[in-house]
Amino acid sequence: MILSIVHRATGIALYFGTLLLAWWLIAAASGPSAYSYVQAFTSSIIGRLIVFGFTWALLHHLLSGIRHFVWDLGYGFKPNEREALTWGALIGGIFLTVLVWILAYAVGGGR
Amino acid sequence: MSDTRAKSMRTPLGRVRNLGAAHSGTTDFWRQRITAVAMTLLIIPVVAVVIMLLGRNQAGAAQILGSLPIAMIMLLFIVASCWHMKIGMQVVIEDYVHSEPLKLIAIMANNFFAVTVALASIYAIFKLSSGV
Repeated sequence: MILSIVHRATGIALYFGTLLLAWWLIAAASGPSAYSYVQAFTSSIIGRLIVFGFTWALLHHLLSGIRHFVWDLGYGFKPNEREALTWGALIGGIFLTVLVWILAYAVGGGR
Repeated sequence: MSDTRAKSMRTPLGRVRNLGAAHSGTTDFWRQRITAVAMTLLIIPVVAVVIMLLGRNQAGAAQILGSLPIAMIMLLFIVASCWHMKIGMQVVIEDYVHSEPLKLIAIMANNFFAVTVALASIYAIFKLSSGV
């Protein structure tokens, strides 16, 4: 039940997080100095925390959204099914976030 | 609304029949789902693109983002996400903001925000693709 508000909260966080995405794309299109500001921010502690939080919000919202697809199609309404979908989204979101960051460090950290 | 209700001879049910009180039916509901499905399909390519770009300098990032398949993936994701977040935020506003003027201002601001983020990002991708 608490997860419905988490879906909403992550949605709102992602809404404002798109500013970061837009900033990054514009900086890449603008030139080296603009891009170096983005890189300085994303490699700082606070920047890393924000990008990590953004990754979790995105992946949790995705899985929680898939849960809504299941409901839209008319399945998963029994109490035990609802519980399973909810825990699946919660644990799956955290698992995928850690997986993406391990991949990111394995690939990007080597450069 | 209470004024029109007092003056109109139409019943409350008659006013919301067919396309409902907002006169746009389930358009937003359906678009919310279409964009959600689109992003579900695009999430793996998008995450892969972001990971490809990590640790590269601007020249390297610009070269990757300017290539046709990657520009297409990013454009599709930008359009789907901005549309999706515009609808989602409007639902949140309509749920929590009950003052009519404040609600209209918030919905307008929401539209401006979503369109600005979308166009700025799309412009950046076009600029990277044209290489100027």
